[in-house]
Parts: sequence; structure tokens; C-alpha cells
Amino acid sequence: MRNSAAPSNTNGELFGYNLPARHRSGAIWRMFFFAATIFGIIALSVLLWDVVNDSFGYTAFTYKVDPATLTTDGKPLDEATSEELIAILEKTLRPNRLNTLNDEKPLEQRTQDELYELVLAEIVQPKVVAVWGLADSLLRVGKIPTEASQIASQKNIDPATISIVFVNWLSRGFVASPQSSNALYAGVRTAIMGSLYIIFITILVAFPIGIGASIYLQEYAQDTPINRMIQTNINNLAGVPSIIYGMLGLTIFVRGLSPVTSGAVFGYLGADPNYGRTILSAGLTMALLVLPVIIINGQEAIKAVPNSLREAAFGVGASKWQTVWHHVLPNAIPGILTGTILSMSRAIGETAPLIIIGASTYITYNPDSVFSKFTTLPIQIYQWTSRPQDEFRAIAAAAIIVLLALLLALNAIAIVLRNRFSRRLI
Amino acid sequence: MATYSESFTQSKPMTPNREIDLRKRPNLKESLIQGFLFFCGLLSIFTTIGIVVVLFGESWRFFGSPEVGLVEFFTTTTWQPQVGAFGIWPLLTATLMVTFFAMIMAIPIGIAVAIYLSEYAQERTRKIIKPTMEVLAGIPTVVYGYFALTWFTPQLRNVFGSDTVQIYNTLSAGLVMGILILPLIATMCEDALYAVPRSLREAAYGLGATKLETAMRIVLPAATSGIAAAIILGVSRAIGETMIVAIAAGAGPKFSLNPFVGAETITGHIVRISGGDLSYESIDYNSLFALALVLFFITLILNLISQRIVRRFREEYE
Repeated sequence: MRNSAAPSNTNGELFGYNLPARHRSGAIWRMFFFAATIFGIIALSVLLWDVVNDSFGYTAFTYKVDPATLTTDGKPLDEATSEELIAILEKTLRPNRLNTLNDEKPLEQRTQDELYELVLAEIVQPKVVAVWGLADSLLRVGKIPTEASQIASQKNIDPATISIVFVNWLSRGFVASPQSSNALYAGVRTAIMGSLYIIFITILVAFPIGIGASIYLQEYAQDTPINRMIQTNINNLAGVPSIIYGMLGLTIFVRGLSPVTSGAVFGYLGADPNYGRTILSAGLTMALLVLPVIIINGQEAIKAVPNSLREAAFGVGASKWQTVWHHVLPNAIPGILTGTILSMSRAIGETAPLIIIGASTYITYNPDSVFSKFTTLPIQIYQWTSRPQDEFRAIAAAAIIVLLALLLALNAIAIVLRNRFSRRLI
Repeated sequence: MATYSESFTQSKPMTPNREIDLRKRPNLKESLIQGFLFFCGLLSIFTTIGIVVVLFGESWRFFGSPEVGLVEFFTTTTWQPQVGAFGIWPLLTATLMVTFFAMIMAIPIGIAVAIYLSEYAQERTRKIIKPTMEVLAGIPTVVYGYFALTWFTPQLRNVFGSDTVQIYNTLSAGLVMGILILPLIATMCEDALYAVPRSLREAAYGLGATKLETAMRIVLPAATSGIAAAIILGVSRAIGETMIVAIAAGAGPKFSLNPFVGAETITGHIVRISGGDLSYESIDYNSLFALALVLFFITLILNLISQRIVRRFREEYE
């Protein structure tokens, strides 16, 4: 009776007649899912390529004085000895300018590198006309001179005075030089120092408090309203936009605690007033920002320690703190460290709150104490990217590579630490 | 045996007539430590109180000043502090537009990645994709801003013509922000799909469903709430994201729905204005806190909704 309705079903015809179509759509969708999955890899590669592409390449310069005319026997300027460079400086510069330079640091005591930079800055005065990326420099190298002269005539520069040089923007000098308003001499030394200083303070403050809070919530806290409130609150704090922490830091640390954070209370008097916009304020703000992340990661690590360990410790008469200190924490430390370092890499890349706290800081000296004004790598990248000139784009890209290298190093340390601790304990 | 039990009974109990006191003895060191740990936990509450007090306090002064009205703030469409016009809508529309583009990018791709990873992928593929997602999520946002301005915008200008697409535009900022949000949505959605019990899938296969039909008609609907939570959290993250829009979306508030022109979002405006030298007593300064307060409430509400959904969804299968 039932079979009469669909006799062909027993032969599998009804079941099978649209099966190829279903399989086809299955295959098409599967391809779409797969394409979406490799989209992430493609995006990452394009992003990295874009940064590398902008960091190297041919650059067209125009000089106030052609460097080839300065040296006598056609030797390149950067190979000239210190004596030759001093001779060039003394021949070309006005006497009072020479005196000023000698007052800063006598010429005879300067190294060849310093003298060379001095000659460039004082006499040659190169100016960037146009910048090409790595791809153009490799693939379309033949067209660069014509393009350069076109751009030069648009900018009312005599195309004959242009020289095209391959520039590695990510040079050793770039990493070692302080901030400068000229892209050719600008570097990231002050910014790296600022970033490291701030991270140091952040770890110093956030690590003990964060671990303390996660121990409390995981080991001590009973299910009371206030403990539930703390837990919910931490989860919510983790989702607050970082810029709001910047506003908090500006009001509380920069303005409210200004006597402390500017160092006035401790009798610190810097070269120029810092108004509380110091490394200390930045570090404390960052500590508040990463605290929820550290606490949540710490809780996960402590939660993963098996209960049998605690029970064994209590069984032989250990107190609560003895159990936590001698048994729970040593087993949770790999997870805690990983979480902490991940939050530190977040702090290193964080930009918005530090811009709000540091405002438009321009410093060319290394930060020498926690009461110094600061700049950081991401702030530098932001400021350079915001400039319209191509050469600033190039050094922004070079600074991004430095920042990514720093993050990579930090994560490598995290992995090494984790492996070492887990080997020792198990 | 006998001697043993004899000697055992003969030995005297150590405290013959006194009961052992098993109550917890007060221990100063232990209490101090517990007090310190409790203080650490409490500090997070102080942070929240600090945020609320700071934002409300400064906003109070902003709305208290004669140039500004609460109604005007939420209804007018010009934000020009120089002439005393404080209408939040230009900033809010730019924020919503960027968020919208980010979601157009992140939601379909994120869900597709999640389906592939949870339903199709072999262990080897997962081992490549998962770290890639982590790296994408770990790249500082200022780098994404650079990417949007120097790579994505030129591509958009190539496609749509450099007359229509301005150098700073919300579309580029939004789409690149989508790449930033993608790992968040993908991993949260994958967790949701993964939590769907295996029996559901096997039942579908048993009825003759293909892999695609199982994924789309059985697993995906069963994980809807988790996916919704991921999307809401992604929206919240996009609204609060700062550096991409500060670099690539343009400066200057503009009330426009054109994706190809520059417009300033709430976060972008706060960063630009506070990055300059600003007097603490000016109304501009106070206005930033009012904006931050709006931002704080929007993201807080979205986060709470997302958490609520996740909690309800978890109870379903346990």
C-alpha cells in the first residue's frame, strides 16, 4: 500500500535524480569556503608585501650642492676620510656656523659617520623628489629616469640636477637615529626606547595585580554578589575601547596625579615641563588597559591546574596560601606567562591611548627616566603616515618592520619561556 | 600479630581528655595575603568607577555650558566646535558606515572560514589557518591603518576612478577594518559550530543529506546564537576601533553617506583633537568626553548583549 505511491523509489531513481546537482552545489560552496579560508593568508601576505615594498626602492634626489663636486679625485663622498670631510666643512661653511658646530662638539672629535652626516645636512642638503617602491625598482627600473624627470619638471626642478639612488630606508642609521623633522635623518631610537620603557612599567604594575586578582577569583572567591560583580566587571572592561582608557589616563594620571606623574613630588626637574604627560602616566594607563586581559588569561591557566593537586596539598596540612604558592602557581605559570606576554604585545602595538596621553610630543633625546616625555613606535608610525610626502610613507613602512620585528621577538620569548617552565615542572 | 596489637593498645593516646581543635586558626600572614588578593580584584571595580566618573563628570560640564543642549547634541547634523555647533550625527554616521563596511567584509568571510574549519578542514589545514588568524589578530591596528591608506585606497581608486574616490574615504577604512575583525568573528563562530553535538550531523547524514546540506541546514541554524554573539562583539569592536579610521577615513566631520569621501568617526575625532595641544578648560576638550561617553555606552550595551547570548547558548547543550 505504501509502496504504491512511489514505486520507483525502491529502484533509487527518485532519490538519485537530483543527486548530481546537489553534489555540484556542494562542491561549489566548498570551494567558496576554502577561498574564504585562504583569504586571511592572502590578506596577510599583501599587507606584509606592501610594507616591505615601501621600505626599499629607488629615490630621486636633488642636491643644493652636488656631492661629486666636493671631493677632489672623484671618490664617493661617503668614503672620504675624516680629515677630508673636515676640510670640506671648513672650506664651505661660514666661520660663525663652524664655531657653533665646534661648540656643540669639536669637529676633530667626531667620527667619520657623524662628519659625513654633517656634510650632508649642512652643505649637500639633499631633497627627495620622488620615491619608488621595491616592485617598481626591480621590474620597471628602465622607466624610472623618465618618470623622475617628468615629476621634477612638474615640481619646477631642473631634471638635470636629479640623481637617482637606491635607498634602504630600514638602515642601521634609521634604527639608531633619534626622531627628526627631516625624513632622511629621522630614526626610531627614541621611539623604541619609549616603547620599551612604557612596557617595563606596564609589566611591573599589571603583572602582580593581574595575577593577584586571578588567584583571588579562582582560588579564594566564594559565590557572593561582590565577587560575581568583580567577575562580570572584568569581562566588561576587556571590551571597553582602548581610546576610553586614554581619556581615563589623561584625566586621572596626567591631570589628577600630575604632581606625582610629572616627578615634581620627588624633586625631579626635567629639561622642559612635561605637564604629567610622562612615561609613568603612559605605563600606568597601559597597565589598566591590559589588566583585564591578564586576569582572564591567568584565570584560565589557574583553572587548568587539576584539583587533585590542591586536595593533596590540603591533605598533608598545607594552608590555603601554601597550596596556591607551592602547587597551583608553579603549574599555572606557563599559561600565565603566555597570557602576560600576549597582553604585552597588545600593549606595544596600542596607539590611541598613548596619543591622547602624550599629545603631540616631539623629542629628539632618549627618555632618561620615568618622568620623561615620550614617543613610541606606533605613535611615530601614525605621525609619519599622516604626512603627505612619499619619503615619510617610506620611513613609516620601515618603522612598521621594526615594530613587527619587536613583536615577533616578544612572542618568541613567550614560546621559549613556556617551553622551559613546562619542562622543568613536569 | 598478637604482640603488635598488644603494643598498639598499650600505647597511650597523646591527648587523652582533650578534643582536637579543628577550627581554622586565625593566621595573620594568610589573612594579609587574602586581603591583598581581594584588593587586586577590587581594583577592576575602581577602574570602572573611574571611567564612569571621569566621562560623566566632564560630559556634565560640557552639557552644562550655555552653548550646548542635550537635545541639540543628539538631533543636529553639524559638528563644528569653532562655531559652537555640536551635533553628533556626522560623527555617528561615519562610525556606523565604517562599521557597516567592516561587517560586509568580516561576516560572510568569517562565517565561511568557520564552516570550513569546523566541517571540512583536515587537521593539517587547521594547523596553517589558525596561526594565520592569530597573526592577523595580533598585528597592531596602526599597521592596518597604513595598509588601508597606502595599498587599499590606491586599489579602490584604480577600480572606481580617482575622481570619485578621495584619498581619505570611509570605504577603504571599513573594508580593511573588516580584515582586522575577521579573526575574531571566525574563531567565535567556529567555537559555536564546533559545540553543535555530533549526533545532529550524523542524523542528517543518515537521512541522506550532503555535507553542504548538513552544514547549512543543520549545523548553522543550531549555532545561530553563537554566531549572533560573535557578530555583535565584532560590531562593538569596529565601533571602538581607532587607528585605522584616524589614518585612512579622513579628518573633519562630514555628514555624508557617500562611501568614497572622507568623514571622521567618533574615535577618529577624539584622537585628532586630543593629539593637538588642547586647553583643559575649553569646551572642545569637554566635548571629547561627551563623545567618549556615547562610545562607552554603545560598546558596553553591545558587549552585554553578546555575553548574555553566549551564556544562554552554552546552557542549551550542557
